[in-house]
Amino acid sequence: MSRKRLFQISRRDMPLVATFIVFLLLYAFGGFSYRNFMTPRVFFNLLTDNAVLGITAVGMTFVIISGGIDLSVGAVISTTAMIVAVLTQAGMNNVFVIAIALLFGTTLGFLMGGMIQYFKTPPFIVTLAGMFFARGLGYVLSLGSVPITHPFYTNASSIGIKIGNGKLSMPAMALLAMILIGWFISRRTRFGRNVFAVGGNEQSAILMGLPVTQTKIAVYTFSGFCSAVAGFIYTFYTLSGYGLAAMGLEMEAIASAVIGGTLMTGGYGTILGTLLGTLIQGLIKSIIAFNGQFSVFWIKLFTGGMLLGFILLQKIFVYGTKSRRRKR
Amino acid sequence: MKKGRQIPRIAWPLFALGLILFFNLVFTDSFFAITIKDGHLFGSLIDILRRSAPTLIMAVAMTYVIATGGIDISVGSVLAISGSIASLVVWGGNTQYLTSAGSQYYAPMLSIILIPLVASILLGAFNGVMVSFIGLQPFIATLILMTAGRGLAQLLTGGKVLNFRHAGFEFVGRGYLFGLPFPFLLALGVIVLGTVITRLTPMGLYIQAVGGNRSASNFSGVNTRLVLLFVYIFSGFAAGLSGLVMTSDITGADAGFMGLYMELDAILAVVIGGTPMEGGKYNVGGTVVGVLIIQTLTTTILTKGIPTEYTLLVKAIVVVVVLIIQSNKMREVMGKRQGKMIAKGGAAV
Amino acid sequence: MGGKLLEVHNVYKVFPGVTALADVDFALERGEIHGLMGENGAGKSTLIKVITGVYQKDAGTIVLDGQEIHPTSPLHAEALGISTVYQEVNLLTNLSVAENLAIGRQPTGTVGIDWKTMNRRAVGILEKFDIDIDVTELLGNYSIAIQQMVAIARALELESKLLILDEPTSSLNADEVEKLFKQMRRLKEQGHSIIFVTHFLDQVFEITDRITVLRNGKYVGEYATPSMTKLDLVSKLMGKSLDDLKNFDSISNHVEIGDDANLIDVKGMEKTNYMNPFDLKVSKGDIVGLAGLLGSGRTEITNLLFGTQKPEGGELHIKGKRVNINSPRKAIAHHLALSPEDRKQEGIISGLSVRENIVLAQQVKNGWLHNINVRKQTELAEKYIGMLSIKTSGVNQPIETLSGGNQQKVILARWLATNPELLIVDEPTRGIDVGAKMEIQRLLVELSKQGMGIVFVSSEIEEVVRCSNRVYILQNRNIVGELRGEEISEQEIMVRIAAKEDRKA
Repeated sequence: MSRKRLFQISRRDMPLVATFIVFLLLYAFGGFSYRNFMTPRVFFNLLTDNAVLGITAVGMTFVIISGGIDLSVGAVISTTAMIVAVLTQAGMNNVFVIAIALLFGTTLGFLMGGMIQYFKTPPFIVTLAGMFFARGLGYVLSLGSVPITHPFYTNASSIGIKIGNGKLSMPAMALLAMILIGWFISRRTRFGRNVFAVGGNEQSAILMGLPVTQTKIAVYTFSGFCSAVAGFIYTFYTLSGYGLAAMGLEMEAIASAVIGGTLMTGGYGTILGTLLGTLIQGLIKSIIAFNGQFSVFWIKLFTGGMLLGFILLQKIFVYGTKSRRRKR
Repeated sequence: MKKGRQIPRIAWPLFALGLILFFNLVFTDSFFAITIKDGHLFGSLIDILRRSAPTLIMAVAMTYVIATGGIDISVGSVLAISGSIASLVVWGGNTQYLTSAGSQYYAPMLSIILIPLVASILLGAFNGVMVSFIGLQPFIATLILMTAGRGLAQLLTGGKVLNFRHAGFEFVGRGYLFGLPFPFLLALGVIVLGTVITRLTPMGLYIQAVGGNRSASNFSGVNTRLVLLFVYIFSGFAAGLSGLVMTSDITGADAGFMGLYMELDAILAVVIGGTPMEGGKYNVGGTVVGVLIIQTLTTTILTKGIPTEYTLLVKAIVVVVVLIIQSNKMREVMGKRQGKMIAKGGAAV
Repeated sequence: MGGKLLEVHNVYKVFPGVTALADVDFALERGEIHGLMGENGAGKSTLIKVITGVYQKDAGTIVLDGQEIHPTSPLHAEALGISTVYQEVNLLTNLSVAENLAIGRQPTGTVGIDWKTMNRRAVGILEKFDIDIDVTELLGNYSIAIQQMVAIARALELESKLLILDEPTSSLNADEVEKLFKQMRRLKEQGHSIIFVTHFLDQVFEITDRITVLRNGKYVGEYATPSMTKLDLVSKLMGKSLDDLKNFDSISNHVEIGDDANLIDVKGMEKTNYMNPFDLKVSKGDIVGLAGLLGSGRTEITNLLFGTQKPEGGELHIKGKRVNINSPRKAIAHHLALSPEDRKQEGIISGLSVRENIVLAQQVKNGWLHNINVRKQTELAEKYIGMLSIKTSGVNQPIETLSGGNQQKVILARWLATNPELLIVDEPTRGIDVGAKMEIQRLLVELSKQGMGIVFVSSEIEEVVRCSNRVYILQNRNIVGELRGEEISEQEIMVRIAAKEDRKA
């Protein structure tokens, strides 16, 4: 029978542990360097500031685990926000607005998934077209920025649970909720496990009788849904819809997943890791902001460096586990 | 197995381009009119040639990268770095300048051109080493440079938009030679350079071999590492050159936005042009057509007075249509139709 | 409970250019372990693929448990009760053992998938096989042997009627094979029926009740294992080919050129877990055959000579000078050539034309500065298209549209085009029709007469006999003997191959 060790960290959890350690180290660095860093406010702000990215990254993680990629997420966020802005300003009922906004992202995801699966076209190109389509739609709705003046949105920033000198805002709650949902799907649902199967070895998955087609279409649908939710949350920050919003967010979402231990080749990844990857990117931004000396542009540089480090680590890992085969 | 002529892959994109041009022929006045103004050719067509140059330069190099089964998403950031360095060199490395127009400074042309290009080649080599020696997946390897590079470019310019005036350097992006826009001639030069390298040496054959079957290529003695290194270095070089063109054209460097998403257009052009994403036989001519399609589409929308907001949407639809037509599924359907026709006709397959 | 469990009659399977199965029969009794054997190209994997629905048969019947079946896909076959465990173990190495056993049917509770129950069930399933491992560990972290056991366990959990094991022992060491056989015997006691596809002689005699032999797509016969001797089996496997063009010059017994014309001299070359130390000599004008069953080390030797596998010990001398060949590029520079066994992985470059595939190695030999222009490429390609009678509509035809046999010829052409001093050919006539086989053998003999040294590997024993003037006998990754000149005959080779091996540790 398997022996129970006190701290059972199997080799496969190592990437996640590594990410967590980096997160702690970064946080500690911030704490030592800046006086006001170790306050609840900083922590909860971290959640709030990165909620949009985090929610998006959850969907992206599933897509990458399945062996694909989704470049449309930034555009979907932007256009969802635009839809919310335009419809709200036109006086539509909030519930309908949210429903339509979510429907947009989800449907686009579904269509992209269908095209990828049915026409066997590379996900890179299909989701790129999806990005063009979503952004294009956003521009058509309005070239300029559309403000949101509805009290539901303007009052949203005051909602939250005060903890210490910080506040668990609504976006932060949404992020945590999405993480929980993502975790549940990935660990506790057959669909989630099928995503891992498809990404690990699609041939085997087919031979084992798993519903590969439905699974692949579903991941893109889910990613579209996450982006739509993120786009909805986004309106709370900007109180507007703007066609050029969330540029480059898709790469940040991919970075979150990669830093979190998700392998681009598919079949491996954790939602928790993605959350950490998101927060690590956010930490870098925070620390640089606190520092005040480094310009904002160092963020991208550090993130790139972090990516490089994690990828090399992964390379050593995957190589390591493969060579150490013979067990018993 | 299908007998008889196979439709060349370039047919569909050419057809698409032809359609767009035909549309303009019918619906746009003087679209095809070319006049001579200020000592050079002038007209919508010339405009297309000029505007498409930066993307064209990158797309040609991207063709080779994709032909090896790889991808390079860092070119936009490398472009920005190149442009930023160029602007800095113009100013003698000093960013504490004033953006007031009229102040001129003559840094040597050679430095303005060489330093950014050398930097771009080194960055391309970084990508090449990551992919061929360390063995990273091309998407990830170039993602690193894409992310870090953008930050680096912005750092170089200090976040400001560096404007300048430099008569010599401005020629690169705005000048005309033999009546044609200089950037376009540069693009032609890159095409010629690429063709010379890939046709006069076995490089072209090796690129396709690596993309077709890397292990079989190794088995046949091909130095696959060198081949991969080359395509990424060439891609870096092309991105650097595009950066020079762009910077010179707008006489400034906007590190945050320069070249943003340009790699996507380049990749799109390559795929539309018929080079398969999995690698193998490449089609530079197709890529050129692909770039022209994208650019002509954009120009058509502009000249027709269609609000520019529709550009992206139209682009998206065109991409989807081309993809569907090119997809294997379509070939299957057509193949079945052909099969049925042949069966009906009773002819032997 | 009457009648055979599985009856396959008159099955045909034809691919463009080659008939993989012609009028093949197969029968499986209930509760027996039945071996299916055949050399490369014999059709055993095609037969299995037809039974399991990967391919659709062109003619014939398959009757399972009294009912005729038409499996349309592996999934369908599984639903019909046919479970298969492949050599590559088609499971998910990125998931845990327990998950591999349960995926698609995981037990659920109030909070979704119940991992505890799933793990517990997995332990229980494996206990039946006397396997005690950590089921929460990733499948990929275990050896192939364990992975296979898990695959078998999963297959059986699906209430199958019959279990097919396709080359299950290829990656196992002796202990692991014993364990597998223990399981198989246990399953047999429980009433399961197993088809055991293999090329290992000893194993077939150890575990099977009956054996069916295929050869060149045809059914040779079905035999009760106890009634066969090893020599019987070897002769059935290697049988006489259909070719009756015996009017071929028996040049095979030409006098060996003296040792001082040595081309290649290998001493003590080896590689751990790959090939035991061996000595080998080839002189100019020699055709040296490597004879042995699949897995005996034939391809391994070719890879070590050519540098695709780096040797770990021993010496290689080419024309008297010591050289170190650790890459194909180096081998080519030393005027070696290897036409590989696996043309899909190591040969054919799809997307490229026939012409480009042919000139590739020669271009490498020329280096970067001497480009072979298209005109010269065409000339070169046409020369070999003619020499080998390659059926193609032109030099620019994409290679993936050629039939398997013609693709094989293109690969051979590629290496012939480099004008090597030593040409190694591994299964050069695989997939090629009988007439063309003769052409190629004649060509090889002609080349050797012109001074080329040739190492000839083939599972077609009569080819080896016809062409070689010396033959090395291989068994289990060792060279165990050498035949020269007059000694070479099919009978002698088969006797040597079947001879009792020294039990090495």
